[in-house]
Amino acid sequence: MSDFPKGGYAARQHGNHPVAFHPPYRTSVKRSPQAAPISFPTTVSEETSPVFGHGVIGPKDADLLHNYGPQDISAIGPRIVVYGRVQDQFGRPVDGALIEVWQANAGGRYRHKKEGYLAPLDPNFGGCGRTITDAQGSYEFRTVLPGPYPWPNGPNDWRPAHIHFSIFGHGFAQRLITQMYFEGDPLIWRCPIVGTVHDKAAVERLIAPLDMDRTLPMDARAYRFDITLRGRRQTMFENRMEGL
Amino acid sequence: MADFPETASQTAGPYVHIGCTPNFAGIAGVYDADLGTKMITGDAAGERITLTGQIFDGTGTPLRDALIEAWQADTNGLYAGQDGADPHFTGFGRCPCDAEDGSFRFETVKPGAVAWPSGGMQAPHVTFWIVARGINIGLHTRAYFADEAANEADPVLGRIEHRVRVKTLLAQPEGDGQYRFNIHLQGPDETIFFDV
Repeated sequence: MSDFPKGGYAARQHGNHPVAFHPPYRTSVKRSPQAAPISFPTTVSEETSPVFGHGVIGPKDADLLHNYGPQDISAIGPRIVVYGRVQDQFGRPVDGALIEVWQANAGGRYRHKKEGYLAPLDPNFGGCGRTITDAQGSYEFRTVLPGPYPWPNGPNDWRPAHIHFSIFGHGFAQRLITQMYFEGDPLIWRCPIVGTVHDKAAVERLIAPLDMDRTLPMDARAYRFDITLRGRRQTMFENRMEGL
Repeated sequence: MADFPETASQTAGPYVHIGCTPNFAGIAGVYDADLGTKMITGDAAGERITLTGQIFDGTGTPLRDALIEAWQADTNGLYAGQDGADPHFTGFGRCPCDAEDGSFRFETVKPGAVAWPSGGMQAPHVTFWIVARGINIGLHTRAYFADEAANEADPVLGRIEHRVRVKTLLAQPEGDGQYRFNIHLQGPDETIFFDV
């Protein structure tokens, strides 16, 4: 199969994605495009992507427990490992993918000047981390379990605990930002942002299960979050020689 | 072949800066520098230009919490990573919109034309990807250059049925290599976004 020339990226699977206009998520009302988007086959502009080598990753970038505070002082909160695999829709591993994550601290507070929640900042927690997938598309980082928090939307909306993910694949067409949720959180199905995804199975794939096999005894629970990006078709009929 | 379902997008939210531009967000000391702050890293070839703009919501209010990324070819139409691409040009820019007026700014080079898969060339363009609170899936658009003759033969611009909307993809020259590209999420001037 891999001997065939690479074709363009398969179209986005809109049924697996959120809708742009979702009134329960109030900010989407005036920020959602209303005209139909325009499609064309992917070109070199969408099939290439910035490549970030392992050189950009510092030794503590994937350790949110320790990458902000003074040396050896751990962030406060339940210790967790988040790991998984990035693949494309055809099951091929996406290696070399830069993953950036950000999250609230264990009390549900972000380190951001626009954040007004009264829960305290943790002096030893910055809330950002990054890593690059290996040859198998695997990644792993260590952090604290983020807390849920209230947000100004409806009169009493609370975000489920979540970690934001930004992923660069091999083509700019694969660019994705998403959020990972945690198994068993009762706030997931009450959240207007989760509700922008209308397909229940697509939401369920954003919920990371607890993985006791990868849990580190007496140390950190593990959660698994696998990510599937768009893929390039591979077909002998895709790329015609010019003039044929 | 059975497809695996794509992972759903979710909004980048109001705190996207923490993860993507932590130094801008005041989280110092974790990363040496924010990614994408410099597209020109040395003696890059080509015409130096500046692309600036704002992103407006449906009420005409500029977004002050958006993050916009640029991806473009070098002056010879080659993308970073392709053989022969300019080693002093990354092609990738990332800019958090200004917290006061929502403006973004990229100091870059004017890209060259790049190939269209079935033959011919695409006019010089910069791909933009916009994420923010209230945007549930990243918005993909392109800035072409209003003063570029090659636009006439561009296959993407050519397929836009509503010709009055083509202008939403044209960065306007303001002299001295400055171009303005405003983005409208809604309204009569709604920018063309691509499902590509």
